[in-house]
Amino acid sequence: MKYLSEYRSPEIVDALLKQINTTVKGNWNIMEVCGGQTHSLVKNGLLNMLPHNIQMIHGPGCPVCVTPVNLIDKAVYLAMNHNVILCSFGDMIRVPGSEMSLLEAKAKGADIRILYSPLEAVKIAKENPQREVVFFAVGFETTAPANALSVIHAHREGVKNYSILTSHVLVPPAMEAIMNDEECNVHGFLGAGHVCTIMGMNEYYPIVEKHKVPIVITGFEPVDLLEGILMVVKQLEQKEYKLENQYTRVVEHDGNKNAINVIDTIFEVTNREWRGIGEIPFSGYQVKNDYSTYDANKKFNINIAEVHEDPTCLSGDVMKGKIKPYQCPNFVSKCTPVKPLGAPMVSSEGACAAYYHYNMATAVNE
Amino acid sequence: MNLSCPIPKLDFDTINLGHGSGGTLTSQLLDKGVFKLFENDLLNKKHDGAIFNLNGKVAMSTDSYVVSPIFFEGGNIGDLAVNGTVNDLAMCGAKAKYLSLAFVLEEGLQMTEFWEILLSIKAASEIADVLIITGDTKVVERGKGDKIFINTTGIGEVHAKANIDIINIKAGDKIILSGPLAAHGITIMSHRQGLQFETTIKSDTRALNNIILQLLDEFGEDVHLLRDPTRGGLATVLNEIAQDAKVGINIAQKNITVEDEVAGACEMLGLDPLYVANEGLFVAVVDANIADKLLQQLKQWEHGTMANIIGEVSAEHVKQVLMKSNIGGRRVVNMLAGEQLPRIC
Repeated sequence: MKYLSEYRSPEIVDALLKQINTTVKGNWNIMEVCGGQTHSLVKNGLLNMLPHNIQMIHGPGCPVCVTPVNLIDKAVYLAMNHNVILCSFGDMIRVPGSEMSLLEAKAKGADIRILYSPLEAVKIAKENPQREVVFFAVGFETTAPANALSVIHAHREGVKNYSILTSHVLVPPAMEAIMNDEECNVHGFLGAGHVCTIMGMNEYYPIVEKHKVPIVITGFEPVDLLEGILMVVKQLEQKEYKLENQYTRVVEHDGNKNAINVIDTIFEVTNREWRGIGEIPFSGYQVKNDYSTYDANKKFNINIAEVHEDPTCLSGDVMKGKIKPYQCPNFVSKCTPVKPLGAPMVSSEGACAAYYHYNMATAVNE
Repeated sequence: MNLSCPIPKLDFDTINLGHGSGGTLTSQLLDKGVFKLFENDLLNKKHDGAIFNLNGKVAMSTDSYVVSPIFFEGGNIGDLAVNGTVNDLAMCGAKAKYLSLAFVLEEGLQMTEFWEILLSIKAASEIADVLIITGDTKVVERGKGDKIFINTTGIGEVHAKANIDIINIKAGDKIILSGPLAAHGITIMSHRQGLQFETTIKSDTRALNNIILQLLDEFGEDVHLLRDPTRGGLATVLNEIAQDAKVGINIAQKNITVEDEVAGACEMLGLDPLYVANEGLFVAVVDANIADKLLQQLKQWEHGTMANIIGEVSAEHVKQVLMKSNIGGRRVVNMLAGEQLPRIC
């Protein structure tokens, strides 16, 4: 496939690995922020091809993993209301809530539809005017424009029975929180390529400056990832800290202005609870008051008890990079994708599931 | 498919509860439709069951078909119901001889749709050279089914030279995949609600019995195991083999063909082709000595041009499937926890 196969070329991968090997001198911990990058690293077997003095730390960039259990409970609550059609991205539906997942709610009779686009949900709302259609709008800055656009479409077309249950989270505040953690051992970042495709690079300069940490905006194919790692290592070895862009074929410096406008029309920044991590200030989007009739949180009277995470789940430590998934005592023994304790074991982007699916042999060898 | 056979006059445009009552409407549907279309000496007796003789070792398999949508590029639930069971028997080294055919129809199913499915069943059974000798039709109320469910049970005679048994698998055996992965599953996915992309991908549903019998004629006992990677895909079948035979399996990504358009759709949908369903493929675990020769013969088959040796059986990493990625990394290929779910981004 053009524009894909060249980024999976064994020859280029080989050449980049050689360059990394000759460049690296110190011991470096590099965090790939985005779950898609974690997924690609393990799927392609890249982790055990890197030199031992480069440790990849798998960051909190998996939207499914950081969506608080309370919100899943809210989605389940809404879905169990017979007049509601709850629409969701696929990998959200197996995430355990405090009582059940959306998949279990579906088995109990809830009308839950897996969609690839929130605009489909608006269409379903138009086709079912007597019912309420709620889209479970999770994700980082990447899915925010499409979710916002669905509200704009619904508003423009006078679709009154559509709303979104939003739990958008933002990458830069999470990176800031990781760097502010006293136990932080991250020396450099691979920035999330698709998030920056939307938002551009500007938000990252202050993090680089304040924490003197290299950030390289990076893509998702093996060649992208290795080039990003090489760029971070070069900076670290030369004691530099800069914001660089490896993913130039997709990311423009100022991002996608249309998409940002769409986001700004519908959403405003708010504090947000991250599953396994806790509340991070200014780290999420909520629907603006002007559009509150499309905000499922306000439209419905959702009456559920506050719940707490399973205390034995160490997913927060995994997402902050303090431990590797296989260092958790529950990994495989009590926590598997069939019966997950925490969300990182559910989503294919979650670090625990990624290790479970692709990398158990490496885990044993490491 | 022979669509020239016109729909018989049945007085109703849709299936209703009466068609499953056992009364006049049932016999009208059966006499004018099913019995006439599939007529053969055993079926024509219209007895409660069929009475027949078989020779030698016999294989039997059953499967229920609930696919939605019922029509898709490359086939429909009817072809699938014949080919699926014929192929399960082929994986036992048997040539399917007789099939039972049972329908659960939902009230309201269009008669034209039902007829088209019946014609596909007829065409598929003729290609696979199998007779439908007994069956059943039930109708459930609207909302209690999904248009049509089909169950087929097949009986076949095992090839005299076949010795398909998991205990025959040994370290060093080669693993052969008969064609490109994931076409059927992606065809079905592209039809499901919310997916609007145009493709020319079509299901690979087809009978595998003729090619399997040819291979068994030539290579007999050196074919140690045959499996068709339907639900759960190649990854699931390989894991089952590794676990049941207590061996390790090594495969190489570069030897596994996924056609460009299918690969592109998988990328877009966030699905791993290793776990996507196929309906016209088989995996053969064969003795290393004959692997190349078998592959050459398989490549002569019209659907086998992209067949390949994708890996081998190992005495190491028992019960695990390891894959060497295209770029030289190594990963574990695990069983899937549940349905493969598309990723958010």
